[in-house]
Amino acid sequence: MQPQEPLTILIAEDSAADRLLLSTIVRRQGHAVLTAANGAEAVEVFRRQQPHLVLMDAMMPVMDGFEAARQIKVLAGESLVPIIFLTSLTESEALARCLDAGGDDFLAKPYNQVILAAKIKAMDRLRRLQATVLQQRDLIAKHHDYLLNEQRVAKAVFDKVAHSGCLSAPNIRYLQSPYALFNGDLLLAAYTPAGDMHVLLGDFTGHGLPAAVGAMPLAEVFYGMTAKGYGLAETLREMNAKLKRILPVDMFCCATLLSLSFQRRSVEVWNGGMPDGYLHRIATGERTPLAARHLPLGVLSPQAFNDRTEVHSMAVGDRVFLLSDGVIDTCNAEEQLFGVERLQRLFAANREPDRLFTEIEQALHDFGGEARDDVSMVEVSLLEAAQVNPTAPVYSDSGQSSPLDWSVSFEFRGATLKRFNPLPYLLQLLLEVHGLRSQGGALYSVLAELYSNALEHGVLGLDSSLKRDAVGFARYYEQRNARLEALQDGYVRVHLRVTPQGEGGCLAIRVEDSGKGFDVARVMQRPLDDVRLSGRGVSLVRQLGRNAGWSDDGRSAHVEFIWDALA
Amino acid sequence: MADIQVDRDVLSALHEVMEDNYPELLDTFLTDSETRLRELQKTADAEVLAYVAHSFKGSSSNMGATRLAELCHELELHARDKSPSEIIKLVADIHDEFADVRPVYEAERQRSLTH
Repeated sequence: MQPQEPLTILIAEDSAADRLLLSTIVRRQGHAVLTAANGAEAVEVFRRQQPHLVLMDAMMPVMDGFEAARQIKVLAGESLVPIIFLTSLTESEALARCLDAGGDDFLAKPYNQVILAAKIKAMDRLRRLQATVLQQRDLIAKHHDYLLNEQRVAKAVFDKVAHSGCLSAPNIRYLQSPYALFNGDLLLAAYTPAGDMHVLLGDFTGHGLPAAVGAMPLAEVFYGMTAKGYGLAETLREMNAKLKRILPVDMFCCATLLSLSFQRRSVEVWNGGMPDGYLHRIATGERTPLAARHLPLGVLSPQAFNDRTEVHSMAVGDRVFLLSDGVIDTCNAEEQLFGVERLQRLFAANREPDRLFTEIEQALHDFGGEARDDVSMVEVSLLEAAQVNPTAPVYSDSGQSSPLDWSVSFEFRGATLKRFNPLPYLLQLLLEVHGLRSQGGALYSVLAELYSNALEHGVLGLDSSLKRDAVGFARYYEQRNARLEALQDGYVRVHLRVTPQGEGGCLAIRVEDSGKGFDVARVMQRPLDDVRLSGRGVSLVRQLGRNAGWSDDGRSAHVEFIWDALA
Repeated sequence: MADIQVDRDVLSALHEVMEDNYPELLDTFLTDSETRLRELQKTADAEVLAYVAHSFKGSSSNMGATRLAELCHELELHARDKSPSEIIKLVADIHDEFADVRPVYEAERQRSLTH
């Protein structure tokens, strides 16, 4: 058996003979002894010397053992200082008083050495156990604080990353539980150079910090590529490839990515593994589900990844609603799921669209009783293009090396047209010209319009009149995908020419395609404010650029941008 | 007579525990007991009687004074309900019993000092 470590034991006993006897016994068992002849002395000795254990006579003058025990227990605080009452009390009521006063055990007179030794040993075990528990509790508390602090710091960093976009735009409303990120939820939004809005709601597998780390590279790709003018397809491919490369196999990211175009009045959607989102058409009250058609990001190899998106028309005021599975997977006490049907009943019952989040939150609370930490919802509405004010990018170069007299021509052919989006490159090239930077948005919009007209109506031969209603709109983009997939020949040529003009300059853009052309005269007769879905392209180019015109039976489009002397 | 009043086994156990301090323990017990006796004889307060008897009982039992401990226990239990004359009788019994056993402890002290 392990020899017991020596303790310091306080003996409080008013009878001198008993005190002497007990002191001798305890000392012979290897412990240090402190003595007191009454309760008040006992409390004082305890306060000064903090013994490990107290042997306390119940009946003492000045202050009795009961009161002394109470005071010592208060002084001892959280640590356990066992008190063994020394008593020849026989009535159970008196014994109960000892326990009430905080006594841990009794020792009857006459003293029995063996029993005394055993009791001291047992009490010492309890004392050590309590000390260990306290120590571990403090350790856990320390680790917990440490962890919380780490999370706070990480959250501050992540918040900077996640909120460097345009989540505060007037048409975005969102709700995320404060630590949703640490359950893997991620919400990002940013404007493209053309003033379109990209929104990503993602949900990484797993929980805690591991689920949150993937957010950083994902956000970087999202912001970087959106700012450069890449479309959803290229951004998705890059995000998928990056996550596939850096994440362990069991980690991936369910995500819905939106591109909301205020000019085209449409939304492009890609949903990989997220719950259905909803496109709410205010005019009809109809809610079109935006269902998952793909595996999450980070699962498939770049070769197998499918970046096919769906495009839906929208009217001003229409809303797109996205949610994380924390909403529909909320459990109640009976382990039932909140489910899609309950959500849809809430949609149906909703009278004020602005109160939808509150109503969903309330319903989740009523259903589950407690809020989950991974509830994310976002709603994006379509504004008039004129109401959108994307913040202009900030450039840090001096402008001294701005090129002012050059021209360049590109020809993009079949296989390239399928997958490559040249617009970000063209835009970057053009934004080297300082005078064009303030019109970057318009420039990008016009380039994008001319390029997609050349590709879709020219090379692919799609009929723009298909887009006159919502159904035709969706069919148009299905056909676009199918024809692009099958594309063999054809080309789009882009000619850019920058020339100095006085203190300013002029950019001439010409875009040609290999298609059949169109009846220019008929299209040009339409009024400029035509907002029909099918008519927006030409109208947009004419509004944003100078001297817009079409030649070669519509196969060649040209437009100019000019700038004055820079301030 | 003295052998029934004092438990010899307890004494030898005490001697073994106390070793060199055995005579000091015996001295302390005797002095302490005299003080207790005087306190008992001096008061008619039932609370004081019960308290002193309780304390006296404890040390007597520890010292093997079996009958003295029993008498003290009786006084402790009945200090509040016995008549004054019964109390005086009981205190006198305790006094006599202590007088009886006292020589045993003194002899024990003498013996241990000479050995």
